[in-house]
Amino acid sequence: MPVTAFHAPSSLADALALLAAGGRPVAGGTDLVVELAAAPDGGPPGALVSLHRLAELRSVAVEDGDLVMGAGVTVATLREHPLVREHAPVLAQAADRFAGPQVRNAATLGGNLCHASPAADLAPPLLVLDAVVVLAGGEGGEAERRVPVDAFFVGPRRTARLPGELLTAVRVPLRGGRRASFQKGGTRPSMDISVVSVAASAELRDGVLRHARIALGAVGPTPLRSPAAEAVLEGAPATAATVAAAARAVLRDARPIDDVRASAAYRLHLLGVLAQRVIRDVIDR
Amino acid sequence: MSSTADLDLVVNGERVTAPARPGDTLLDVLRGPLGLTGAKAGCREGECGACTVLLDGLAVNACLTLAWTCAGREVVTVEGLSRDGVLSPVQRAFVDAWAVQCGFCTPGMVLQATALLARNPDPTPEEARRGIEGNLCRCTGYGRIVEAIRAAAAAGRANP
Repeated sequence: MPVTAFHAPSSLADALALLAAGGRPVAGGTDLVVELAAAPDGGPPGALVSLHRLAELRSVAVEDGDLVMGAGVTVATLREHPLVREHAPVLAQAADRFAGPQVRNAATLGGNLCHASPAADLAPPLLVLDAVVVLAGGEGGEAERRVPVDAFFVGPRRTARLPGELLTAVRVPLRGGRRASFQKGGTRPSMDISVVSVAASAELRDGVLRHARIALGAVGPTPLRSPAAEAVLEGAPATAATVAAAARAVLRDARPIDDVRASAAYRLHLLGVLAQRVIRDVIDR
Repeated sequence: MSSTADLDLVVNGERVTAPARPGDTLLDVLRGPLGLTGAKAGCREGECGACTVLLDGLAVNACLTLAWTCAGREVVTVEGLSRDGVLSPVQRAFVDAWAVQCGFCTPGMVLQATALLARNPDPTPEEARRGIEGNLCRCTGYGRIVEAIRAAAAAGRANP
């Protein structure tokens, strides 16, 4: 995309006006700048609207029973913030395995979700936490609408965000007793795009799993939940047999492809192994 | 800002002005108009870390940082680490530990190590390795680099 202009609004209202006029939002730039460099003359020209001056997008707080994280919060902050570590440790765990320090210092929560890679590392944890994204702008002007993360990803690199809208925050409902875990697999622990990622969460009461969630990355067109595995886990005893059955069920919801990083067959194998690990971790935690 | 314009920023402690286009990266501006070639253009996609600089004290890939997001902010490159010709403790440790082979990754390694030690003055070998997980050394001289980081940490504790 030939970049025709660069804007750095200092208020959300100004940012929304620039987006309404057709500007393209950019947060950390760790995905977008690579795209721009790969095809500097590709696609229609456009203006960039940098979000880096919007302090209101960088807060982390607990509000009305939710952990509310601004879209501009960096992955480095997610990894270390005390409120994230307390209320959504699985998100801090994924942030810890995200790229490397330089990228973590720039990449943002909102950017990772809006880029909507099927391998987005923050997506599976947010899916198992029943997270909701907050969108402002577009037809609604400054009015907000909320979309469950579950309904936000609609295809590879496609989301429910409408033209002119800006993802401003992610809300995670607090739930006492919820345990969660995340694993990713790749050719090396750092810097690699996930070949497979898995997150799971559940409550454990009297040895029985409740509110079970399991979400998968890089094995379908979007990050996705596994209804088959969740059905196996819901109300099941926390036993090795349950873990094995759920890890088999996960494979029914995966639609991996062959690509340069891994074959579909290897992805399915790895998915089964990592699914067992996260479910076992949820039980033992 | 819609064509080439003057970008004001602070580089290595000095206020500077450089012409920059809307889509330029910080690396373009550093290596081009500012003539600071310490930050290397390796992969240009955030994988190798050879372009690492400090932006307001945080290590970032200059190749992924849009230049105009740096307006008014502080950038430190490897050229800004020594003081009056005296190497910084991390630079000194890299020299003393023979942590430099071809040298292409060195500026990025040194800046990343500087950022790591600012936050963690006494990293374990594992923490030092994880600290440079975003920096590639194609000569594979990681052992000496980790030694240098640990030596710089020890020197920092001896002479805080």
